[in-house]
Amino acid sequence: MNDLHTELKKSIIDQLNLEDMDVSDIENDEPLFGDGLGLDSIDALELIVLLEKDYGIKLEDPNQGKEIFNSINSMVDFIEKNRTK
Amino acid sequence: MNKKYYIKDYVILRQGRLIRNGEVLLEAGNPELKDFLRKIYKSFGMRYPKFFKMDDLSRLGFLAAEILFDQEKPEADTALIFANSSSCLETDKAYSKTMSGFPSPSLFVYTLPNIVLGEISIRHGLRSENLFLVQDRFEPTTMIDYSHSLLNKAKASNVLCGWVDLHNTDYDVFLWQIAASGRLEHNEEELNKIYLPE
Repeated sequence: MNDLHTELKKSIIDQLNLEDMDVSDIENDEPLFGDGLGLDSIDALELIVLLEKDYGIKLEDPNQGKEIFNSINSMVDFIEKNRTK
Repeated sequence: MNKKYYIKDYVILRQGRLIRNGEVLLEAGNPELKDFLRKIYKSFGMRYPKFFKMDDLSRLGFLAAEILFDQEKPEADTALIFANSSSCLETDKAYSKTMSGFPSPSLFVYTLPNIVLGEISIRHGLRSENLFLVQDRFEPTTMIDYSHSLLNKAKASNVLCGWVDLHNTDYDVFLWQIAASGRLEHNEEELNKIYLPE
């Protein structure tokens, strides 16, 4: 697990108020929505804001979200390829 | 002839104390609001992760309703009639601060005072009438009239009324349930006596 995985998990826990959850509780390949972490549609909007605020990535196509926000691994992969800061 | 109704149970959250039907269930000194809310949540063994995503106004109403229902599932047509004097001003201010940078979606969804009614409805599966009033001060007449009207017209089998106010760090919560029988009549005098016991 690289630093970006850990950094992203910390940001998600903080930004989405995942109380009582620790970095070690989130698996890299675990689904973020549905049965996995159980995030909802408002959380998805917060993740879009997080991408722009922390990594300078503006999602132009909302349909991309489903693939990007599938797991921590998919988010890290997308951030590494597209980050501007 | 107007049918009489009664105050079934009530809960008060005020100055670090949680009171149910006159009995102090939890006394936390004078902690920060967030710590007080967390203490109630933990003390009563609640498990509802969405609680931590709510704004403070919704958390106050949600916790009071949890304590009031006390594991007794309310009827799905239990109406909710709430009021306060500060609307959702604290969340409005917090959201306003984010607008200069990245407006927060999770704050935005709480920029209406009646969202607390939605949170309680989702939690307990209520499909019922609900109303949120913004008043100068605790003044239960409208809540009494409206709740009795709903019960008399069989629009609801039960009514949960509440005053849930939050301004700066001051919070004041008083929730009560109405029943067809009981010791205390559901009227302005009895409600004021419970709300302001001194």
